[in-house]
Amino acid sequence: MTILYAVLVLGALGAIFGLILALAAKVFHVEVDPRQAAVRECLAGANCGGCGYPGCDGYAAAVAKGEAPGNKCVVVDPEVHDQIAQIMGVVNDAAEKKVAFVACSGGDGIAEPRFNYSGPRDCRAAMLFGGKSNKLCTFACIGMGNCVRVCSFDAMHLANGVARVNRSKCVGCGACVEACPKSIISLIPESLRIHPACRSRDKGASVTKMCKAGCIGCMKCQRECPAEAIVVKDFLPEVDPEKCTGCGHCAEVCPRGIITDFYQ
Amino acid sequence: MMEQLTRLLSISLGAILINNFIFSQFLGCCPFLGCSNKVETAAGMGLAVVFVMGIASAICYVVNMLLVALGLGFLQTLAFILVIAALVQFVEMFLKKMVPSLYAALGIYLPLITTNCAVLGVVLLNVQEDYNFIEAVVHGITGGLGFMLAIVLFASMRERIEFSEYPESFKGFPISLVTAGLLALAFMGFSGMKIF
Repeated sequence: MTILYAVLVLGALGAIFGLILALAAKVFHVEVDPRQAAVRECLAGANCGGCGYPGCDGYAAAVAKGEAPGNKCVVVDPEVHDQIAQIMGVVNDAAEKKVAFVACSGGDGIAEPRFNYSGPRDCRAAMLFGGKSNKLCTFACIGMGNCVRVCSFDAMHLANGVARVNRSKCVGCGACVEACPKSIISLIPESLRIHPACRSRDKGASVTKMCKAGCIGCMKCQRECPAEAIVVKDFLPEVDPEKCTGCGHCAEVCPRGIITDFYQ
Repeated sequence: MMEQLTRLLSISLGAILINNFIFSQFLGCCPFLGCSNKVETAAGMGLAVVFVMGIASAICYVVNMLLVALGLGFLQTLAFILVIAALVQFVEMFLKKMVPSLYAALGIYLPLITTNCAVLGVVLLNVQEDYNFIEAVVHGITGGLGFMLAIVLFASMRERIEFSEYPESFKGFPISLVTAGLLALAFMGFSGMKIF
């Protein structure tokens, strides 16, 4: 008899709750654009925020409302952008994949230290002391790894006291660009082969005192470039991605060895 | 009347400080460690727990009366789990429609509470202590407040630890567990205190 009661009571409780929930689902039903769910399905679900929206759900909602273009997700393959465009019934204009790049070569033993720092391992904390840097060069990478900690894709690491990017893992979400207090990380097109790994705009003479690798603005790259793609402005070379043929000659002739050739 | 109020006060203080759900009953340790990286999310989780514990206490009181009347007291645990799971589902749907801002703030933590043993613990304790309806609800809400106090305290400590220096081998969970242990020790100071 007890068993019968037990089965009946629990069954009844379950049925009542089920009924209430079913009713509640009808009463409290919230209309959601079916396209939003379809778009969300396509996204990676990493919630990295690289698109500029709060997580994948937020981005999918914005796409479904027509407020955001369908190609903002930097994590998924470009084909997925076409899929999203198809769901929304629009044409996808492709964006080139970008990757992060750290414009500093001044690692330990290369860039001269300003002081002996033993505080919290945080770039912003290290910058609080005189001179806005723990190295003599005020443009240098602090090397405390703020960018490494924000990277959701394990693409950043510290090598010899300077942040470095693993290009095969980087998805170009730009979290490190935001996190770097020195603004030396930027997103560059993946196809751009040549990039100078220094941000120093100091004059050559003072750079040589502070760093064994810093750009001294000697203009050799500008003179030697066969495609005339490099212009040195304020003691720092700028590469024109339109003109650059990627021959790698500048990387060979740079006396400081800071022009990075990604195919080497 | 006065006596009733004193009793409620003693239940409240007991649930928040002396018999704190996390530090002296060891219930709800999983969200306590899992959702305490940031003070903001910890407060969100705490609020959600207060909310669900209060309502669960009220409904489970009624369900328990029904079970006892039919002589089915041994089904308490099972029935309470059913109630809590259904309740969390219902609250989620209700908030999504009626208070979208609170729904967005609580986010993932609302469904997570279904598996929070502190909620089941509070309703079982209500039965064990033979509380009446009002006492049960007060115990539920203040138990949730105790949980919130604990998780917010812990989260603010963890935020500070992030930036301090400690041995490499303690990185991550070990230092968190040590901190939680010390915090629990501090709360031990309340144990054995008697109110009124």
